[in-house]
Amino acid sequence: MLRFILTRVSLVIPTFLGITFLTFILIRLVPGDPIEVRVGERGISPERLAQFRHELGLDLPLWRQFLDYVWNVLHGDFGVSLITHNPVLTEFVTLFPATLELALSAMLFATLIGLPAGILAAVKRGSLFDHGVMGISLTGYSMPIFWWGLLLILFFSVALGWTPVSGRLDLLYYIEPQTGFMLIDTLMAGEYDAFRSALRHLILPTIVLGTVPLAVVARMTRSAMLEVLGEDYIRTAHAKGLSDSRVIGMHALRNALIPVVTVIGLQVGTLLGGAILTETIFSWPGIGKWLIESIGRRDYPALQGGVLLIATSVIAVNLLVDVLYGVLNPRIRHAR
Amino acid sequence: MKRILLGAGLGMAAALALAAPAQAAKTLVYCSEGSPENFTPALNTTGTSWDAALPVINTLVQFERGGTKVVPGLAESWTISDDGLVYTFKLRAGVKWHSNNDFKPTRDLNADDVIWSIERQWKKEHPFHKVSGGAYDYFADMAMPSLLKSVEKVDALTVKITLNAIEAPFLANVAMPFMGIHSAEYAEAMLKKGTPEKVDQAPIGTGPFQFVAYQKDAVIRFKAFDAFWGGKQAIDNLVFAITPDAAVRLAKLKAGECHVMSYPNPADLDAMKKDASINVQEQEGLNVGYLAFNTLKKPFDDVKVRRAVSMAIDKKAIVDAVYQGAGSPAKNPIPPTMWSYNKAIEDYPYDQERAKKLLAEAGYPNGFETDLWAMPVSRPYNPNAKRVAEMMQADLAKVGIKSKVVQYEWGEYRKRMQQGEQQMGMLGWTGDNGDPDNFLYTLLGCEAARPGGNNLSKWCNKEFDSLVVQAKRTNDIAARTKLYEQAQVIFKEEAPWYTIAHSVVYMGLNKAVQGYKMDPFGIHYFDGLDLKQ
Repeated sequence: MLRFILTRVSLVIPTFLGITFLTFILIRLVPGDPIEVRVGERGISPERLAQFRHELGLDLPLWRQFLDYVWNVLHGDFGVSLITHNPVLTEFVTLFPATLELALSAMLFATLIGLPAGILAAVKRGSLFDHGVMGISLTGYSMPIFWWGLLLILFFSVALGWTPVSGRLDLLYYIEPQTGFMLIDTLMAGEYDAFRSALRHLILPTIVLGTVPLAVVARMTRSAMLEVLGEDYIRTAHAKGLSDSRVIGMHALRNALIPVVTVIGLQVGTLLGGAILTETIFSWPGIGKWLIESIGRRDYPALQGGVLLIATSVIAVNLLVDVLYGVLNPRIRHAR
Repeated sequence: MKRILLGAGLGMAAALALAAPAQAAKTLVYCSEGSPENFTPALNTTGTSWDAALPVINTLVQFERGGTKVVPGLAESWTISDDGLVYTFKLRAGVKWHSNNDFKPTRDLNADDVIWSIERQWKKEHPFHKVSGGAYDYFADMAMPSLLKSVEKVDALTVKITLNAIEAPFLANVAMPFMGIHSAEYAEAMLKKGTPEKVDQAPIGTGPFQFVAYQKDAVIRFKAFDAFWGGKQAIDNLVFAITPDAAVRLAKLKAGECHVMSYPNPADLDAMKKDASINVQEQEGLNVGYLAFNTLKKPFDDVKVRRAVSMAIDKKAIVDAVYQGAGSPAKNPIPPTMWSYNKAIEDYPYDQERAKKLLAEAGYPNGFETDLWAMPVSRPYNPNAKRVAEMMQADLAKVGIKSKVVQYEWGEYRKRMQQGEQQMGMLGWTGDNGDPDNFLYTLLGCEAARPGGNNLSKWCNKEFDSLVVQAKRTNDIAARTKLYEQAQVIFKEEAPWYTIAHSVVYMGLNKAVQGYKMDPFGIHYFDGLDLKQ
C-alpha cells in the first residue's frame, strides 16, 4: 500500500513542474507586459520603462526568471502581486475559501440530486422518467455557464425577486471574516439572519456551477447501475427473495458507487474551472474573479501563483481519490 | 428597493456602530465595475481605483462638479506670481482628518500634509517613495519632476510651489487625483508601527466619506464624515458593490440591490430608458478617437490629400455601426465638454465627388496605395478599430485609394506609431487634467512631433504651435480660450487628423437618487447626493 501511494506521489512532481512551466510561458506569450498594459496610449519614457522592468525582474532572460520563480516557489514564496503589492499567497488564502464554499456547495447539489436521479433512471430503464433524466442531463451538460447564469438571474432575481442577484451576503450585514466561509462566519458571529442571507446568495451560483457535475453524476450513476444490475449476484439476491429496495440499496448501489466516486473526485477540476465564469457572473469574490482580473492586468505573479495553487489542490484531490480507490478496490493496488 | 432603504439603516448601523437612529440612516449602493488596486490615487491610473479613493481623499483645488473649471478645494485661495512661476496656496483652517482603529489625528490639515503628499512622489529618498510599488505614473506623465523647483511651507496654512517654467495647466494638474492630500501624521504613525502600506490600503483623508472596510473583490464601505469641511452629506453610508459584469449590474439596479451603476452595455440602453424606475444619464467622455495622417510621408504631406480622405469617409456610418450609441462624431481634436471647444467649426462633409476632385488636383487622379493602421485593442474612444478600418477601407476604395490594414500587438503598435512608421493610423487620447493643452500641445505641438513623441501626424505647423505655446504661458483663461479656438481653426484647415468620435458614457440611476452629476473625466463622485425615501 505504501509503495502504491509513493508511486502515485512521485508522479505528481513532473505534473507540478509541467504546470508551472506552462503557466509561466503562456502568460508571457500573451501580448503586452504589465507595464505596457498599465500605461496605455500615454506611453512611458524608455528610462522609466527600463527602471520598472528591472525592478520587476522582467529584464532577466526568461530561463533565469523561470528558475528564480521555481526556486522561490519551492521555498514557499509565490511572489507579490504587481497590482496590489500583497503577497500572492495571502491573496489566495483570503479568496480561496469563497471558491471552496461555492464548489463544495455545487458538489453537494450535484451529488444529492444526481445520485438518486441516476439510480431511479437505471431501475426504471426505458421509462419516461429515464428518458427525461437523460434528456435533461444532456441539456445540462451542454449549457453555456454565462448564458445559464444570466437566465437564472433574470428569472429568479429580477422577475420573481426570490433570490439576490449577486454577491455573497446582503450589504446590510458586515461580518468580519474569520474562516472565510460565509456560512461558518455568520454562524460564529451569531448572526442568524446573515446566515440565511448567505444561504440565499448561494442558491443560484450553486445551481449554475453544479449543473454540469450534476449531469455527469446522473449519467455515470445510471450507467454504472445498469451494468451492476445485469450481474449474476443481483439475480441471486432477487432469487433469495430480498426486497427490491434491499437489492438496489445494498447490493447494486455499493458496487456501482466505485466509478461514481471517482467521477465525483474528477469533477473538482471542472468545478474550479467553472468557478471562474460563475464567480464573474455572480460577483463572487473568489479565485476565479481574481484570476480573470490578473489576466487583464498581466499580473504575472498573481496569475502564476493562482493557477499553480489551484492545480495543486486539484492534484491533491485526484491523489486522494486515487488512493481511496486503491483502498476500496484491492485489484487496483495490486495491478502494479 | 424596499430592502435597501428600510433595512439598510439597521444592519449598517449595527455593523458600523453608528449612533444614529436606525430608520434615519440612508445607504447609497453603487454597483462598480471592478476592484481598486489601493486607495492612493497617485499610485493608480484607472478610474475604478480613483472612484474608490476620491470619497476619502481631497485635492488642493478641484474641478467644478460636472465640468473642467478649477475651483477651490483644500486650498481656499491661491495666488500666482506675475512671472507665472510661483503658486501660493492658502489652506482652509480647521479641516479635520478622518480616524480609524489604528489612528486618531491630533491636529487639523496643515502645510506638512501637502508637502508630504508631493514629496512622496517626487523625492526618491522619501520614506514612502517605494511603498506599494512606488509607480507614480501621473506625476511623471504630467512632467512634474522637471516642472517642480521647490515646495515650501510658508506657515502652517500656506504652501508655496515654485516651478522651473511657466505652465498654465499646472493648476489643473493640481486638481487631478494624483495630487490628493494624505495625512503626514498618519503616515508617520504607520511607519513607526511597521505597516506603512496601510496608508494606501486603509486611507485617512479629509473627504466627505470615511473609509470603513474593504472586502477584497466584494464590497467597499464608507460612512459620511460628520466633520467634513464641506458639511455632512445627506446620505449616511456609501457602499460599493463590486460587480464586474454589466448585465448583472443592470439586473441589480432593476432588482433594487443598487442605486447607481456604472458602464451599462450600450445594447441595454433602450430598455433602460423605458424602465420607469431607472434614470439614464449620458455625457461625452473626455476623449477623442482619430486617424492620424503622417505628414512626413507621401502622399499625406499634401494637405489636399488629407482633406480628400477626410471627405471620402462616411463618419456617421462608422459611429452608428461600431459605437452603437456609445459614441458621437468628432469634429475637433478636443471633446465638447472641455472649455474652449470651438463650436463654430464645421466638419468636412462626406462628399466623395469633391474628394476625387481634390485628389486629382493633388496629382492622384487614380488614387494611390497606403497603409491604414488599426490598434488591436478596444478603447472607449474606439471600441473596434479593426472594424472602423474595414469601413474606411471600403469608403476609400470608392475614390481609388487602396489601403492595407496593419496591426501590431498593442505596446509595439503604439511605439511604432510614435516613431512615425505608418502612413496613416488610428489612435486616441483620454484627457488627464481637463486642460485643452493636454490635447492640443501634447498631441499636436511641434515638440511632440519628434520621433517617439505623441504627435502621430508628425505635424509641425508653426502658426498652430505658436498659439498653443502662447496659451501655455498665460494664466488668463479668457485669453487662453481665444488662442485655443484659433488653434482649432488651423487644425481643421490643415487636417493632420481625421477626427472620428468621442465616446459617450452612460450611467444608470435609480429614480430615488437625487443630485447625481456625471463627471467629464469619467470619475464617479458621490458627494452632494440624496436618496428620496
